[in-house]
Amino acid sequence: MKLTSSDRILLLFTALLASYQVAVGMDGFSALPIIAYTTGFGVLLIAALLIFILGFDVLDSPIVVIVSTVIPLTLSLGLVWQHFASFRISYLVFAITSFLAVALTRSIPMQNKLPVITIAVTHGIAGMTIFLLPIILSIQGLTKPLFLLVGAGGALIGIGGLLLSFLKTGRPILSRNTIMRLFPSLLLVTTALFVAGFKYG
Amino acid sequence: MTALATQSKTVNPSTSLRASLKYKTKLYWPLTKPLQSGLLLATGLAGYMSARCPIFSMGTLLGLAGSLFLAIAGSTVLNMWWDRDIDAKMGRTKKRPTSSGQVTEREVLRLGLILSILGVGWAVAIGASFGLIVFAGLFFDVVIYSMWLKRRTCWGIVWGGISGAMPILAGRALGLGSIDWIGLTLALGVLFWIPTHTLTFSMKFEKDYADACVPTFPSTYGLGVTRATIAISSVLAALMMVIAGYGIGMTWGFLRLLGVLSAGLLMLAVTVTFNPSERVNFSLFKYASIYMLAAMILVVLEVI
Repeated sequence: MKLTSSDRILLLFTALLASYQVAVGMDGFSALPIIAYTTGFGVLLIAALLIFILGFDVLDSPIVVIVSTVIPLTLSLGLVWQHFASFRISYLVFAITSFLAVALTRSIPMQNKLPVITIAVTHGIAGMTIFLLPIILSIQGLTKPLFLLVGAGGALIGIGGLLLSFLKTGRPILSRNTIMRLFPSLLLVTTALFVAGFKYG
Repeated sequence: MTALATQSKTVNPSTSLRASLKYKTKLYWPLTKPLQSGLLLATGLAGYMSARCPIFSMGTLLGLAGSLFLAIAGSTVLNMWWDRDIDAKMGRTKKRPTSSGQVTEREVLRLGLILSILGVGWAVAIGASFGLIVFAGLFFDVVIYSMWLKRRTCWGIVWGGISGAMPILAGRALGLGSIDWIGLTLALGVLFWIPTHTLTFSMKFEKDYADACVPTFPSTYGLGVTRATIAISSVLAALMMVIAGYGIGMTWGFLRLLGVLSAGLLMLAVTVTFNPSERVNFSLFKYASIYMLAAMILVVLEVI
């Protein structure tokens, strides 16, 4: 499936928004959230540029499953580190362990369901953290109301990550064509929600 | 009927001249390799802006852009004139106006010389050191690289790279009034970036270069060494750009972004080295251009 001009424009805007977030969207944050968000938005930026250059074929690479877990893991880690001080170390351990587990189960050929379970658990926990945490914080008045946009972005990236991961594991939830048609828009809306949430939240 | 026939036979001289000019421009424009010249011009403008001139002059900026574009385009046209025989043997370049016979050798040479003289002359008029660096770039590119080394050794690309690094050095020297370590680091960044671009290209069109008997890294040292060279030069290019960014006084945010873009370049270079494929080579080639353009935009945004 080829990229259309509108796909390219959407990807370019995604790359610009992610660049903005990396360059000016983290002023005043402490070191670990800056590293975590830079990694997450950096992966979004590079992914958008590579899809822009190579087309959707780049998503066929086996490394996509591993890389696509980096975004929710790093963003959720940044959020937990900033807003849940008591869970900092335990979540950092979870993030590192999950990433290694996904990398390992995707690198070694396995016949059982372990790779799928590992991906589902990782995306599930990280996705729910990005989705629920900003909503809870904004409802409790601990952040500005628009911080819940980050949660909305989290829901979308969780959906995107799961769609891609299950497609790669051979158990697609939607057809490949449908996922590819939706992907550039999904990526842009997700990035826009994150950027807006961090800026106005 | 008679009136129509008479009308069709009468050719308005000004219309004819305009049509001829339009036709020539259409033939000449690709000779300047507009995208490549535009990218090098962007590095020159970024070099100038990076100096954070206390007195910003639109006239100087326009002069810099005009003279650099003319000189870069002039050297490119002269290269095409010199390489017309080998271009005709290579599938990728045989349709160029110079090798397909759409323009004569004499007019290409004349065009290249006019553009070069105008460009260098304008540059010298703007500033002596600026003009000297622009002239050095043109000399390294046309005489040292194309005429002397290109057909003799694959190491000629180093001189091509030095020539490509001149616009950014010239721009910064014009803004600053002298050559400093940041200007040299920016120039080294471009110099190390160029192999990422050209060696990837020479791998993709290896057969073309072999047909034209032009020595390249892949034909001289093999694909493994070429890929390792690309990876090392990418690391050095990224390192130089980050050091230069720090020297310019880039904010941490912009340095972070430059670091992310550099990481993408390194990741692709490592993939090309250890898991090579046509697709990865092509993506590195394209990404390297985007990387350099993005780095230049960051330098400009940092200043304005």
